[in-house]
Amino acid sequence: MKILLGLLLALVLAAPAAASERHPTLGELEGEVMCPTCKTTLDQSNAPIANRIRQFISARIAAGDTKSEIKRKLVLQFGPAVLAEPSKSGFNLLAWVLPFVALGLGAAVVAWLVWRWSRRRDAEVPAVAGSGQLDPELERRLDDELARFDG
Amino acid sequence: MRLKYGLQAVTVLVVAGLLGLLIWKVVHQDKGVKLGGGRTPAAPAFALSRLDAPGKLELASLRGKVVVLNFWASWCAPCKSEAPRLEAAWQRYRRQGVVVVGVDGQDFSGDAKRFLRKHKITYPNVHDGPGNTGSKYGVTGYPETYFVDRRGRLVGNRVVGEVSAAKLTAGIQRALRS
Repeated sequence: MKILLGLLLALVLAAPAAASERHPTLGELEGEVMCPTCKTTLDQSNAPIANRIRQFISARIAAGDTKSEIKRKLVLQFGPAVLAEPSKSGFNLLAWVLPFVALGLGAAVVAWLVWRWSRRRDAEVPAVAGSGQLDPELERRLDDELARFDG
Repeated sequence: MRLKYGLQAVTVLVVAGLLGLLIWKVVHQDKGVKLGGGRTPAAPAFALSRLDAPGKLELASLRGKVVVLNFWASWCAPCKSEAPRLEAAWQRYRRQGVVVVGVDGQDFSGDAKRFLRKHKITYPNVHDGPGNTGSKYGVTGYPETYFVDRRGRLVGNRVVGEVSAAKLTAGIQRALRS
């Protein structure tokens, strides 16, 4: 049952991504493509080349190109820097993988520190509880406090 | 306690490493060649695909000639105005060993080819789509024009913006004398 639910969830999430790949819109590509002269995404730019790239994207969408095809054609013309996100292959893959590696390492360090801290506490608690005696000075102060409270 | 110091040392090392990377990036950023003040640095090499013919054009293959390097783009308005001037200079000086080379940057190669046909440009032109070659020269906008002498050295100052006939002639004459 859980597997079925998982598969269903994966399908629900994958459907919009597949639709966006097959039928991209100018709006979404404007946020994923850079203006080569102004170094911002197309949606932030009105530079002549940004307008020309918008025109190119619209024409390619009308011609039935997928999102990947449009991006590949733009990379051929302007190089990989025209994409707002680094590609998921070769050296650029590091940009995608490293944050998760750092997150994993950080989580491992925190988990280890918590484990170490709780182990130390466990070791300290029986020592006090096992003695069954309070510090005489602490006991006297406690009695005084209680007496004052009762009085 | 030893662990605490160890973690602190690792953190300091990571921060120092990131800082070092940042400094390295800033120092080694491609700001292009420095011109003027009598400096004649070597013109950065390039080998780019031709727009007017098949194959590539290497700057090194033009050693022994004076080269007028014009960085342009089809979407740039002043590039349209100066195009006839560059073509005229090419026709006038080519017999004296001068070559005008157009470097079309940050542009669609199809648009660039249409531009060359429309403006009847006959000098060699190459495509620098990502604009990397322009960055090596320190190009900050289009158009910009540089003059390379017969030994492959940049001479005089670059011309930022539309190049006039007078500046074009002066630059070529200086490169021929160099």
